[in-house]
Amino acid sequence: MAVSGLVFLGYLVLHMYGNLKVFAGHDSFNEYAHHLRVFGEPMLPENGLLWIVRVLLIVALVTHVYAAVVLTARARNARTSKYVVKKNLASSLSSRTMRWGGLTILVFAIWHLLHFTVGKVNPNPDGTGTADPYNLLVESFELWWMSIIYLLAMFALGMHLHHGTWSAMQTLGLTGTARARARAKTAGWVVAIVIAGGFALVPLSVLTGIVSK
Amino acid sequence: MAFLDGTTQVTKPPVQVSDDARGYYTLGEPLVDPVAPTGPIKDRWTNRKFENRLVNPANRRKMSIIIVGTGLAGGAAAATLGEAGYHVKSFCYQDSPRRAHSIAAQGGINAAKNYKEDGDSTHRLFYDTVKGGDYRARESNVYRLAEVSANIIDQCVAQGVPFAREYGGLLDNRSFGGVQVSRTFYARGQTGQQLLIGAYQAMERQVAAGTVEQFTRHEMLELVLVDGKARGIVARDLVTGKVETHLADAVVLASGGYGNVFFLSTNAMGSNVTATWRAHRKGAYMANPCYTQIHPTCIPVSGDHQSKLTLMSESLRNDGRIWVPKKVEDCDKDPRDIPEEDRDYYLERIYPAFGNLVPRDIASRAAKYMCDEGRGVGPAVKEVDKDGNEVMVRRGVYLDFADAIGRLGEDAVREKYDNLFDMYERITGENPYQVPMRIYPAVHYVMGGLWVDYHLQSNIPGLFVAGEANFSDHGANRLGASALMQGLADGYFVLPNTIRDYLADAPFEKIDDSHPEVQAARQDVEGRIAKFLSINGTRSADSYHKALGNIMWEYCGMERTEAGLRKAIDMIRELKADFWTNLKVLGTADSLNQSLEKAGRVADFIELGELMCIDALNRRESCGGHFRAESQTEDGEALRQDEEFAYVAAWEWGGEGGQPVLHKEDLIYTAIEMKQRSYK
Amino acid sequence: MNLTLKIWRQPDTSAPGAMHTYQVEGISPDMSFLEMLDTLNEQLNEKGEEPVAFDSDCREGICGMCGMMINGQAHGPEVTTTCQLHMRSFKDGDTITVEPWRADAFPVVKDLVVDRGAFDRIIQSGGFISANTGSAPEANSVPAPRDKAMRAFNVATCIGCGACVAACPNGSASLFVGAKITHLGELPQGQPERDSRVVGMVGQHDHEGFGGCTNIGECTAACPKEIPLDVISQLNKDLRTAMKHGH
Repeated sequence: MAVSGLVFLGYLVLHMYGNLKVFAGHDSFNEYAHHLRVFGEPMLPENGLLWIVRVLLIVALVTHVYAAVVLTARARNARTSKYVVKKNLASSLSSRTMRWGGLTILVFAIWHLLHFTVGKVNPNPDGTGTADPYNLLVESFELWWMSIIYLLAMFALGMHLHHGTWSAMQTLGLTGTARARARAKTAGWVVAIVIAGGFALVPLSVLTGIVSK
Repeated sequence: MAFLDGTTQVTKPPVQVSDDARGYYTLGEPLVDPVAPTGPIKDRWTNRKFENRLVNPANRRKMSIIIVGTGLAGGAAAATLGEAGYHVKSFCYQDSPRRAHSIAAQGGINAAKNYKEDGDSTHRLFYDTVKGGDYRARESNVYRLAEVSANIIDQCVAQGVPFAREYGGLLDNRSFGGVQVSRTFYARGQTGQQLLIGAYQAMERQVAAGTVEQFTRHEMLELVLVDGKARGIVARDLVTGKVETHLADAVVLASGGYGNVFFLSTNAMGSNVTATWRAHRKGAYMANPCYTQIHPTCIPVSGDHQSKLTLMSESLRNDGRIWVPKKVEDCDKDPRDIPEEDRDYYLERIYPAFGNLVPRDIASRAAKYMCDEGRGVGPAVKEVDKDGNEVMVRRGVYLDFADAIGRLGEDAVREKYDNLFDMYERITGENPYQVPMRIYPAVHYVMGGLWVDYHLQSNIPGLFVAGEANFSDHGANRLGASALMQGLADGYFVLPNTIRDYLADAPFEKIDDSHPEVQAARQDVEGRIAKFLSINGTRSADSYHKALGNIMWEYCGMERTEAGLRKAIDMIRELKADFWTNLKVLGTADSLNQSLEKAGRVADFIELGELMCIDALNRRESCGGHFRAESQTEDGEALRQDEEFAYVAAWEWGGEGGQPVLHKEDLIYTAIEMKQRSYK
Repeated sequence: MNLTLKIWRQPDTSAPGAMHTYQVEGISPDMSFLEMLDTLNEQLNEKGEEPVAFDSDCREGICGMCGMMINGQAHGPEVTTTCQLHMRSFKDGDTITVEPWRADAFPVVKDLVVDRGAFDRIIQSGGFISANTGSAPEANSVPAPRDKAMRAFNVATCIGCGACVAACPNGSASLFVGAKITHLGELPQGQPERDSRVVGMVGQHDHEGFGGCTNIGECTAACPKEIPLDVISQLNKDLRTAMKHGH
């Protein structure tokens, strides 16, 4: 769980870095998008790096989901008779919503891939097609409901990362002292805010007109 | 007369002249420990270990031993005998062996390691223990206890008991209970817990190894004797209600003390006398049952609902000053409003040399006298006075830290007593940094128990008794931090080395459940259970227990008198008759039924209570935890009568409705001189 | 104080249970929670109803025998054991819901009594240091660094009550296992069996049907001895080390 989660985390950092290129303008962003495909050439074939990353992500996904299913099943079986009254004292909302939050993110990821990668749909009726990544992005987020979907998803991601980061450090045995524990909790906040916030900046900037065609 | 070790006998055998308990008992044959060692005291245990016969390792697994109780003595014995390869069956009434009440001991465990190089030695620990016990213990047993004390610490450290350590990583010691050397090993205020967990883990390891079989939520209800030998027990599975017989080659009782005869005590709710009392009824002698230790610093009773009492470490008396108001009318005032001149620091007044640090029994009695005078503080609690009237009495005295806080500062006091103050506040709802604490004595430990010889074997062959359940090592009073030492000494080091001498003749004749004596024991138990459920009266077992406790506390508590004890015996007999005709137990025998468990325990406590009163009545002297008002100095201090009572009173069951039979075992000291204590 | 109690009653492990409502009157704020239940039981006994079964023994917060879910919190609203919870933590007229620990690894025996034998079996599978009686070296021959000994002690205060399992949304006993792993692993005497201990105990924990830990932290908040969450981290670390060593 922890290791596959950290793979995702690493990927998200790279992904977010790419997204933020949007602030560098149309050409810079598109060049980056193109560069991803030819990265490592001629050592790697075209799209080679992307496929390596994709395979890695799929392995991580299978592992992550498998672990989640096993853990959920164990938890279910560990308490088949529920409490009539049960209070939560110390747990964060994020820790209690990991399963539903994870599922939400999975559904979003599929939608997101359909939108930008596999399906390449430009939902904007005034759109200019899907060939230009920068324009596709901006035109998509100019639609308020698209931005809302992405912002909600980033909220779910932030929550998942908030608990996930700390939890991964705990699972890896890196939080053996009270100080290390406090640091890991802080790391959870930092990762959640930086990554979810970093991603959210793009639709927000489009909506507010900071980024435009 | 010269002894082998060159010392001379300094005591004469006692001759009892007074006979307060005439009419309540019959006198039996004098008793002698048949395996008492001789020779120089320091060699006795070493020689005995050599003399005791061995059991071939290959034969051990064919031999089975039942151990009742999983506290320090029982748990340690189960682990050690399991390691040796015997087949051990361990029983406890709790849901896990780790719950045994040894866990609640706070202060520490004594051992003659002399790590502080402050003059401690085996001989000094031996001397302190005999003296502390007011010369009513067997010297050979006590010497052995002191001798093995050092091994206990080694063993516990090897098991991973996290004792307090100094900066260099070596073990720390403190001085405890008024002794002048630092020989107490401790794990903050939870030493008992840590030692018990150590023994428990060692025992669980043997469960995994297959040598120990563990029976939790099982209560022993009868001892099985076959041809005069202890061969098993009848136990009830408390969950299913099933009455089971378990047979073995030897039976060890390590079932703890009977302080709950007083209803309110610092013992656990389930602590009971049933295992030892059932053995007593089968012929095992009960020795010195009247020796009870009352601890002066407990949290007072707050009302009728009280189910148990909580002890607070005696160390509080180092800095707290004990007082009551001089005037009765001040007793319900806020103590902070009572001016200095209206306060009576009675311990400092009566015992100027020792002040608030007088021994436990003196501090306890003094508090009782103050409250009897009507100068107690705190909530008034309903009591029945000597004339049978219901009265409201305040049972508490102040333990005031205002001076200490003024002198050392609140932070310093907090550092020393933080956890105790928190515990006090949790229970009483009062903040002891601002309002003086209220304390009152409570029953804490019993020195009496089943009579055993030097091998910890009772007068029934094959029945061994260890820990608080036996009478052997503390005499009339136990020193602080010595209970843990004795429990572990018995369990780890003594019993395994003595029981082998008995088992060298085993395996004994093969018996099974169909043996008539086994059947009879089982039927007795079933009959009793059916009886409890069929009386169908109006009172709960708990209400009888409370009534018994009141009688015991009033007449057989901190101060005992001839007239009071006679009265108590009558009252207990009446209570017993009422119990067997008016008890109400609901539920069934074939399920978890806590009322039924309680009824059986209370029935045995009632019978024990009567014997305690008879023992107290017979012993017309004051020694250790036993204070007879008729035997005190002009200053009101305990006065021993060595020429009459330097003996162990071992009582034989006289049959239902019959009189108990008193067997006296004279206490002869060769290595130590008897002295009268003084604290003025 | 007068109170309404809603208590889980269940005749035995296999029978179905249900919440029952009782009224108790004349409760003193100085009573402990268990003494309040004693009072209820006396009243039930008088009325001819079978008393509520619940576990308790030392009643001073150290044996770990007592434990129940009080208004949805393990051991109730204070950080302590049920026996040390006092009625002054409640108000006159309150309704209090009382349930047993709920975990399939802790089957209900009757009413509020559960079977925690799984904890004993976890200890049997490695929660000890193998040191036969008599084989121990002189106690001071192996110094133990003071800070490590202190940490060992702090986590050895676990009373095995099961509140961690009861409070955990996953029904995991990782705090209990972690406390023992950390206690013995911090001491020099505990090193030789460190790998086999963690592997054995974790294996038994899973075998008993406890849930897996997702680091939520309800356990440590419910723990009457305030065992910190870092023992679970230690457990994971030791497990990883053991796997590296080929276990």
